Amino acid sequence: MNVLFQTGAYLLAAFMALFMIATATTWPFAAHGVVILAAAAIAAVYTVGGARFTPNGSWILPDHPEDRYKDDVIRAGVIATSFWGVVGLLVGVVVAAQLSFPLLNLDTEFTTFGRLRPLHTSAVIFAFGGNALIATSFWVVQRTCRARLAFGNLAWFVFWGYQLFIVLAATGYVFGITQSREYAEPEWYVDLWLTVVWVAYLAVFLGTLVKRREPHIYVANWFYLAFIVTIAMLHIVNNLAVPAGFSAKSYSLFSGVQDALTQWWYGHNAVGFFLTAGFLGMMYYFVPKQANRPVYSYRLSIVHFWSLIFLYIWAGPHHLHFTALPDWAQTLGMVFSVMLWMPSWGGMINGLMTLDNVWDKIRTDPIIRMFVASLAFYGMSTFEGPVMSIRAVNSLSHYTDWTIGHVHSGALGWNGMITFACLYFLTPRLWKRERLYSLRMINWHFWLAMAGIVLYASSMWVAGIMQGLMWREFNAEGYLVYGFSEVVAAMHPYYVIRLLGGLLYFGGSLVMVYNLWRTIRGDVRAEAPLVDSSGKSAERPLPQPAAAE
Amino acid sequence: MSDPSSTEPGTTGHEWDGIQEWNKPIPRWWLWIFYATIVFAGVWVLLYPAIPGIRGATPGLLGYSSRANVRAEIAAVEAGREQAVKGMMDIPINDLPNHPQLMQAAVAGGQSAFKIYCVQCHGTGAAGSKGYPNLNDDDWLWGGDMESIHTTIQHGIRQPDDDDTRISAMPAFGRDGILKPAEVDAVVEYVVQISGQKANPALAAKGGVIFQQQCVACHGIDGKGLREFGAPNLTDGIWLYGGSRADIRHTVWNAHAGVMPAWKTHLSEETIRKLTAYVHSLGGGE
Repeated sequence: MNVLFQTGAYLLAAFMALFMIATATTWPFAAHGVVILAAAAIAAVYTVGGARFTPNGSWILPDHPEDRYKDDVIRAGVIATSFWGVVGLLVGVVVAAQLSFPLLNLDTEFTTFGRLRPLHTSAVIFAFGGNALIATSFWVVQRTCRARLAFGNLAWFVFWGYQLFIVLAATGYVFGITQSREYAEPEWYVDLWLTVVWVAYLAVFLGTLVKRREPHIYVANWFYLAFIVTIAMLHIVNNLAVPAGFSAKSYSLFSGVQDALTQWWYGHNAVGFFLTAGFLGMMYYFVPKQANRPVYSYRLSIVHFWSLIFLYIWAGPHHLHFTALPDWAQTLGMVFSVMLWMPSWGGMINGLMTLDNVWDKIRTDPIIRMFVASLAFYGMSTFEGPVMSIRAVNSLSHYTDWTIGHVHSGALGWNGMITFACLYFLTPRLWKRERLYSLRMINWHFWLAMAGIVLYASSMWVAGIMQGLMWREFNAEGYLVYGFSEVVAAMHPYYVIRLLGGLLYFGGSLVMVYNLWRTIRGDVRAEAPLVDSSGKSAERPLPQPAAAE
Repeated sequence: MSDPSSTEPGTTGHEWDGIQEWNKPIPRWWLWIFYATIVFAGVWVLLYPAIPGIRGATPGLLGYSSRANVRAEIAAVEAGREQAVKGMMDIPINDLPNHPQLMQAAVAGGQSAFKIYCVQCHGTGAAGSKGYPNLNDDDWLWGGDMESIHTTIQHGIRQPDDDDTRISAMPAFGRDGILKPAEVDAVVEYVVQISGQKANPALAAKGGVIFQQQCVACHGIDGKGLREFGAPNLTDGIWLYGGSRADIRHTVWNAHAGVMPAWKTHLSEETIRKLTAYVHSLGGGE
């Protein structure tokens, strides 16, 4: 793209940021102006500094077209995913500790649970998960289309634009800027920015699909595309709002139960299309690739893709059982959720059965073991979800920590594990290393994470069911037996166990970051090789140069 | 990519970056469970409110309504409760303990209300904490019979807008300069002594003289307190603000004036009577 045009756009953004700072009536809005100003200034300086004149006289940023695939942006994505993963998990540990020991709110507004909790959810879903999705989709779409990413350096704009969105969202929560919408807390100007970035992402992805050199579009790309398109729709509709002047405050277009339903239509499909469809895209490429086996069933992938996409979008009302939402909408939310069971499991079957005839790899290949664990947790939580959507079950589980356990068995087990496995897959290939620094450290990571998930999920299941039963217990005289504070006190030991589980999981992620960092440096750990049951080495050095080409 | 061997079904014939796809059928069990959930959904839609129209949704064959259900459940529970405490409002509050069945029902209701309105200060077990009285013991500032408890709950403590509120005010002897620091130390030593703790007898004797001049009007000559002034018994070893020398000195120096809401502006007379019965039943009722 023309550097003059690009720099002009950055300077325009800088000017708008200055306007924000000058007219701000609250300091957090001005602080966001400073963040945007800094980002725009860095972008402008970098663009001008990096620009070169081509022989034909145009002034552009070089795109290294001599590389077959545009992998530099994916390398950045791998680092960003690891970084935000550690940050998001750490904040999760902090908020879990706050629930166990309220003193840790530290008595300042910036560190209260109410502000750090959205920081945790957004950091793990959008910063960690989002970066993982963008990075892997760029890898997968290039390889399966045999085409370089479309629109040159636009991919870099997507990457840095997305990081700016994350920084604005995260700082906003701590400063107290929120529109109080679950998983969509950033205010209108951050939403607008994300829309721009997301459209650019769609353009890069679609553009690459269009210029593919394969006759067919691989199944992973269907899932990635469904994720990108649907998230765009969800994001725009859920965030329709009228700003209260040029300020960090807006009013939603919806109110009352319509607003509640809009929010959970968004919230549930953030799970459905961000954390399910997008991550299934990852699964469909990396699992057969690592297992070196064909995908189990093409027909299943078609049927479960379309049924999943069609059914998921209607399931949101199950978050609003026994509320002001009319009964008919609750019923529909429930039956669509029940019908989602098999379409969700289609992905698990296709993933697990791809290992048919090579099941021994679960024992010998720690990356495959992570994929299998993630698929198992995917299967568990996509079975638990429909069960919890049944109105009678929901009357017990609703508002309890059972829900928290449910989402974490999905998030830690499915999304976390599959992302870790993909990072282990990608890092040696992206940095052209013969192998990872250490395979044994993947085992450490795996078991730390597994122990963490088990402690987390089981403590929250027990706590949640106990909580639900205590809330609803009446005595013979027709009075509630337990006060709210008694229920909170009863939860305390389980909250401490959950904290311990979170710490183990977080510890595992640190082991991974160390392993990836040493891999990038080109180190190889002196360790006994992993062996299979026959005593043969299970190590499989990557062919050089990078295997995927 | 390992080539499919002859015993395995073929692939679809495409390949992406080395990935192939088997041309295998959909597992039957998957398909049949999927169909079953669709049938389940169809039946459920017939049985329950489901399909929206212009003038409302289909009611479903079972006539289910979450609002009607919850209304009926609440009505049934309330009818039961009403029956259980029937007549409670017609007798004097002091008389309630003489009607064991009524009292039992009132205590149950009071416990439930206590867990909503009172636990924030008095704790879930009503054991209180520093500054918030323990309601399980027999040490009462304002009286522990049914009527006294009832009045305290109704009118609260130190509520400016309630004419019948419980009110008392201990002077801040040290802060306001009524006593010199040395005199405060002496009177504190005396209180330490009469509460049965180890004290310096000479200093306590000096303090005893000051106590007789300054404190007996409310706390009584023997220091056992007077309920009409809400003045606590200083000899029983039960302390609202702590019984250590430093705690007592802090109290004598600054005085304390805790508050409690006048609940009659928030709660019905019936609920207040139930709370009275519950607090009375905790162990210290007189």
